[in-house]
Amino acid sequence: MSPASASRLPSILDAHGDEILAEWVERLRDGVADDRISEVERARQASGFLQRLSDALRGSTVVESDSPAFEPLYDMLVDISRSRAVQGFSPTESALFVFSLKQPLFRFLARAWGNDAEGLGADLWAVTLLIDALGLRMMEAWQKTREEVIVRQQQEIAELSTPVVKLWQGILALPLIGTLDSSRTQVVMENLLESIVQHEADIAIIDITGVPTVDTLVAQHLLKTVAAARLMGADCIISGIRPQIAQTMVHLGVELNVISKANLSDAFALALRRIGRSVVRTKPAAPAAVDSHAG
Amino acid sequence: MPGDVEDRIPILKLGNALLVTIQVDMHDRLALALEDDLTNRIVQTSAKGVLIDISALEIVDSFIGRTLANIAQIARVLDAETVVVGMRPAVAITLVELGLSLPGVRTALNAERGMALIRTHRGDDELDSEADGDPA
Repeated sequence: MSPASASRLPSILDAHGDEILAEWVERLRDGVADDRISEVERARQASGFLQRLSDALRGSTVVESDSPAFEPLYDMLVDISRSRAVQGFSPTESALFVFSLKQPLFRFLARAWGNDAEGLGADLWAVTLLIDALGLRMMEAWQKTREEVIVRQQQEIAELSTPVVKLWQGILALPLIGTLDSSRTQVVMENLLESIVQHEADIAIIDITGVPTVDTLVAQHLLKTVAAARLMGADCIISGIRPQIAQTMVHLGVELNVISKANLSDAFALALRRIGRSVVRTKPAAPAAVDSHAG
Repeated sequence: MPGDVEDRIPILKLGNALLVTIQVDMHDRLALALEDDLTNRIVQTSAKGVLIDISALEIVDSFIGRTLANIAQIARVLDAETVVVGMRPAVAITLVELGLSLPGVRTALNAERGMALIRTHRGDDELDSEADGDPA
């Protein structure tokens, strides 16, 4: 028990820190050859890492990865991992940073223990556990960073893709782009209703040209939006139903019991008619196409 | 009568329409009292339109929503048109989520438009030709 608990890792790090670092950096260079991170930067990270590792181990003879002395080391790992995730490193490439330290460490451990196979085995096991724990930390941080990126992008998409456009006095258009799920419907609905109040709109045109699929759920969401707008006193027209979508809707038995038009211009024309406006030609360009309202 | 005299929502007569502005939070008994009062007033004044302004209401629960729908239905039986005006966006969303889209109730954005709606519905004498803009 006693030889197993006294790891020789701290003393090795103190004595041969520079050699280990050199070998590690060499290994890092061989492992991933690319220009996303500079040689100098990588060496700086490696030496900082070793420095904090030996700080964490100083004064103790037992390698315990969950002791508070390792916190600075973990913080640094998280930072490195984050920067790698942002730079577009794969998880393997990120984790390799830590795992490639194993070989140099093991080599020096083997030399330090000499012929004491039992002590070497125990120490190797302890160091392996430590490196594995560090590697897992690194993976976790990598994944967390990526997830943050995804969440941020989702929010940006949700905000970007629900603009409410004023087409005319009292006529609003809401060009929807992307899939309508319930959380986006909520955003769309709120935006639309707020805009109806703000612009005192009579009619809102919901254009679904950019909605890739309309299934029963999407139709339900659309109907909810229409119903809410009606409660506020505004009529809705749905436009931009593409041929395939019209077919799918009929085949699925989805019914939109609202006024729908094939494209935005038809819907706009209807909306103008509803508020008592019409579009007339100012110059009689082609003799055949004189508007009936002209006179 | 169980309710207080002051605990009622005033109903104003404006031409042949009745105007109700709900300024306080509606509780259930108040809503029922309003339904009673409105029904009586419609018969008394033979009003042809009822305008209910709920722009001050921040909370509309399913009971109030149903009462509004009931009032509209009762008014229709008595040959009056009901228009609910000034519903807030949050209230509209809540009602839709509750499955209450008030199918028989006409709506308008504000009181002015609501009155215009009642007038056009009645086909009354002096129709404002603001929308048409006919010069002749």
